[in-house]
Amino acid sequence: MINFQYTRANDVSDAIRQIAADSNAKFIAGGTNLLDLMKIDVEQPSHLIDISHLPLTRVEEVAGGGVRIGALVPNSDLAWHPLIAKRYPMLSSAILAGASAQLRNMASTGGNLMQRTRCFYFYDTVTPCNKREPGSGCSAIRGVNRINAILGTSESCIATHPSDMCVALAVLDANVHVMGPSGERTIAMTDFHRLPGNTPQRDTNLNADEIITAIELPAEGFNKNYTYLKIRDRLSYAFALVSIAAGMEMDGKTIRQARFALGGVAHKPWRDQSAEALLNGQQATPETFMRAANHLLRDARGYDHNTFKIELARRTIVRGLTQAANGTPQSQSNKKIA
Amino acid sequence: MAQAARRVEHGIPTPAKYSIKIVINGQETQLEVAPWTTLLDALRNHLELTGTKKGCDHGQCGACTVLVDGRRINSCLTLAVMRDGSEVTTIEGLAKDGALHPMQQAFIDHDAFQCGYCTSGQICSAVGLIAEGKAKTADEIREQMSGNLCRCAAYPNIVAAIQQAMGAS
Repeated sequence: MINFQYTRANDVSDAIRQIAADSNAKFIAGGTNLLDLMKIDVEQPSHLIDISHLPLTRVEEVAGGGVRIGALVPNSDLAWHPLIAKRYPMLSSAILAGASAQLRNMASTGGNLMQRTRCFYFYDTVTPCNKREPGSGCSAIRGVNRINAILGTSESCIATHPSDMCVALAVLDANVHVMGPSGERTIAMTDFHRLPGNTPQRDTNLNADEIITAIELPAEGFNKNYTYLKIRDRLSYAFALVSIAAGMEMDGKTIRQARFALGGVAHKPWRDQSAEALLNGQQATPETFMRAANHLLRDARGYDHNTFKIELARRTIVRGLTQAANGTPQSQSNKKIA
Repeated sequence: MAQAARRVEHGIPTPAKYSIKIVINGQETQLEVAPWTTLLDALRNHLELTGTKKGCDHGQCGACTVLVDGRRINSCLTLAVMRDGSEVTTIEGLAKDGALHPMQQAFIDHDAFQCGYCTSGQICSAVGLIAEGKAKTADEIREQMSGNLCRCAAYPNIVAAIQQAMGAS
């Protein structure tokens, strides 16, 4: 780790002042991803601004029936929070599917959004990587790319966003509240992360001088018909090869409304409303789910080692939508897939 | 936390030292750390509390697990300076008045280790797990202990030890 300056922010405006004053500064909250990357010199901030003591740790109901989650609520507290467990169990499940108990105790809600890819070449500083060093090339496209993306890729980058939590947040139509020098603004979760295009160094649409203050969930929580199904190389403590978050409103066997998104397949949680439209008003059958899966994957492209993900994603979608429709969500401790 | 003045010698800034206070195993402790000193390195190198182990140093193995303000965390992925003012419990702080903590005794009773390198982390993690109160079944224990790897694969005995300590606590 290279030398850096460390300061604490006194409040949100102090944090914004400090980050605006130093283009090489970074915020640190849980630190679980940033410190890891600093140890191998992938991240080299000259200044860490510690925001972990700011009072952004509340989970509270808001007018209109939604819930506002402070950016510094630890992942574990959020997953086990009674309001979230009862009304948004898909979110609890997604959080508990990720990382380990220790990491979830440290990692913050806002930090989960800001975590960087786990692409091997992003971590390996002796190989080219456009995300780490713009213009140097992508080693993954013709490299060991088993964990890489199959949707929304570019010639510059085939990295995935590794979060489980964000996949559920995309399905729940969450909004991200951010604050910057010119005030507050809101970014829809589905617009928060970017596709790589030719600027893969930019993961998100958050500006460098902005801070996430809260995530807001609308009232609809899909707490009867939902699932978070994560397929990975180990049964626990591993990133997703493919995951699905799904929520439905059912009327008997008919799907009144469905939403779903995939993790592990793209540079952002992959949600496609045209695939959801194929479910609405239809009977909950494997054929219906397969149609939606085929449509969502219509432009999927494999890069040799990860081509298996296309069929895996198809099957994961059908299985996940079946779990949601049946009201039999995937357990995160008993790993048998229902 | 007071920041000492940063000096510049030969154009290379000398790292700032930060003076922090942490209650470690019940003892208030003051120490001077560089900004990049992790809590793990502060424990092992500054305070010679070498019971906490450095395995991967990247949050992947759990050997460095300690309790900070009662919660289990990876001490390798947090800076000591960020923990100024907190209470830390390490494996050295679990026994009271010469009597082993019930979790330590359970690990012995069930032979829940072989080489022992992961054991301090396993025990601190298991104490944190019981405090959290979310695991009841063996499946839940396995899932919520997945952040602690054991290369000797003593897992069945670790689960049995935790079940014993759960019954006792």
